[in-house]
Amino acid sequence: MTTRIFVPCDTTALAMGADTVAAELAQQARSRGAQVEIIRNGSRGLFWLEPLVEVETPDGRIGFGPVEADDVAALVDAGLFEGNAQHPLALGLVEEIPFLKNQQRLTFARAGITDPVSIEDYRALDGFSGLEKALQLDGQQIVDEIKASGLRGRGGAAFPTGIKWQTVLNAPAEQKYIVCNADEGDSGTFADRMVMECDPYMLIEGMAIAGLAVDATQGYIYLRSEYPVAHRLMNQAIERAYAAGYLGDNLMGSGKRFDLEVRLGAGAYICGEETSLLESLEGKRGLVRAKPPLPAIVGLFGKPTVVNNVLSLAAVPFIMDKGGETYASYGMGRSLGTLPMQLAGNVKRGGLIELAFGATLRQLMEDFGGGTFSGRALRAVQVGGPLGAYLPESQWDTPLDYESFAAVGAVLGHGGVVMFDDTVDMGEQARFSMEFCVVESCGKCTPCRIGSTRGVEVIDRIRANDNRDANLELLADLCDTMVDGSLCAMGGMTPFPVQSVMKHFPEDLQR
Amino acid sequence: MSGLPQWTPELIQAEIDALKHKPGALLPILHAIQDKFGYVPPEAVPQIGDALQQTRAEVHGVISFYHHFRTAAPGTHTLQICRAEACQSMGSRALEAHAKASLGVDYHGTTADREITLEPVYCLGNCACAPSVRIGDDIHGRVTPEKLDRLVSRMTTRALELK
Repeated sequence: MTTRIFVPCDTTALAMGADTVAAELAQQARSRGAQVEIIRNGSRGLFWLEPLVEVETPDGRIGFGPVEADDVAALVDAGLFEGNAQHPLALGLVEEIPFLKNQQRLTFARAGITDPVSIEDYRALDGFSGLEKALQLDGQQIVDEIKASGLRGRGGAAFPTGIKWQTVLNAPAEQKYIVCNADEGDSGTFADRMVMECDPYMLIEGMAIAGLAVDATQGYIYLRSEYPVAHRLMNQAIERAYAAGYLGDNLMGSGKRFDLEVRLGAGAYICGEETSLLESLEGKRGLVRAKPPLPAIVGLFGKPTVVNNVLSLAAVPFIMDKGGETYASYGMGRSLGTLPMQLAGNVKRGGLIELAFGATLRQLMEDFGGGTFSGRALRAVQVGGPLGAYLPESQWDTPLDYESFAAVGAVLGHGGVVMFDDTVDMGEQARFSMEFCVVESCGKCTPCRIGSTRGVEVIDRIRANDNRDANLELLADLCDTMVDGSLCAMGGMTPFPVQSVMKHFPEDLQR
Repeated sequence: MSGLPQWTPELIQAEIDALKHKPGALLPILHAIQDKFGYVPPEAVPQIGDALQQTRAEVHGVISFYHHFRTAAPGTHTLQICRAEACQSMGSRALEAHAKASLGVDYHGTTADREITLEPVYCLGNCACAPSVRIGDDIHGRVTPEKLDRLVSRMTTRALELK
């Protein structure tokens, strides 16, 4: 009997040595004559355990991790090939690990279970049944189902997805487009990457459904060049989806068409902003466009275009398959469904945590994260990427939903949570926010382009105790100008982390 | 990066011709040229402009806008260090200081032996196992200064191996 052994192949598992572990397992199996099949699955997102090796047994999948190549021989001696659990790295049944068991995984239900590019694996776990259902409906019926789900854009702006799709559906045009924003540039975020590396067909299916909904026959995934593994796996999955009739001119034999192509970005954070992204896709510098007109009316190549985040599109197959009402039964207030949070930085147990909206930040960092990696006291938490505020302890009980975060002057953004211990210099972090904007501003509007450069200079003067009070006042003024005067969220939100440092960590600007 | 072909106008033209029919072809063309030759030679700019009916200024403007594209040959290996917040919280500031000192170059610089080009990067998506670096298409997590030294020495040794 052949034992099936799983070794993940996502970026983090690879970064922690999964390839050498897989090679060593194969070597050990050969030398001992064991009947073993090694499958490269996606990651479960329990990243502190990567590489997480799983062995299939009649009782379920038994995990071992984090495994280094040097551990493999001893693990095999202890009975790894038989699923024997007598070893310090043994974790028992993977599904029973509290970090995983206590989640509510709708979008990430298959992540880490399947071989990401296997269509058979995908189909065996409900894959393509959403598309099958969508093919029985007309565009308006699909859009109505998305509206019923309450899905809001998971890229950060949280605009209702159904309304966006309705606008594109209503816009008459001979060509429309579906554009997936896969320019996941926020520090601390990796959920989009995980979708593309661990369950790429879900994104392909979601985009095809979006195409059917609004009558668009061409899709583009705009992927950042910093994600080489996602690029390779996504292209493999698209090629196989074409071969199997899930893309192309005859979707599942329906006679309907949807084509899909990955386009690589080139290292510009601003291209995560939807209008910059469209400019870049058109082959130009990624300069922000003024809105209106909305991309839904005048989008890619001047045509009506749905621009959605990876997570928004990845939620669509579940909604079509299980129904919008089912999805909407998760969450709170106007934040419905689940939000994949990403716990990162100085954290003991970092990874992906998909929960219905409404858990608190503290639950996430303590119950799931287990505190800091360094073991020191937690001091500040940045939520929502480089444009998100730093939250002090007094705000850690804020529920994770869009409105609650807005109420404390913070943003949930794409769900990235970056933890810092008490060695952090918040003055340095405030400076970095401005510095990042200097590097990444598209340059189109003055408050962002010049304000950020002046911001670095003012913070430097404050930190050098040069006329501190006057400069603090000037910095406050500058932040207001950038918030009110910038064309897009880059300049408009760069002050958020700076203002949060001035308000909650003023002592770090006084030393 | 070692062993990349030397560009010629004919080879550049072949890359352009393979992609120029695509809508919004400029970025795919620039990627193809850089992947093939390691950089986008300034001499390619008018060629690209002619094919896409764009001015040299437009093409140059795109190349210089994006951090990824370079106009001079890099070292044999490109080492990117993540400067984003998750990596900062795990010591990437010390890591980058160590890299600059031990390699003797600043960001965007290439070591005297032309082996390694050092570049900053803002997030590799490996934020739960920070700090991270990228060498070619390989990403490494939980990188300490000692681990970085090992990675660097492996890079330089490998380049000297006789095949």
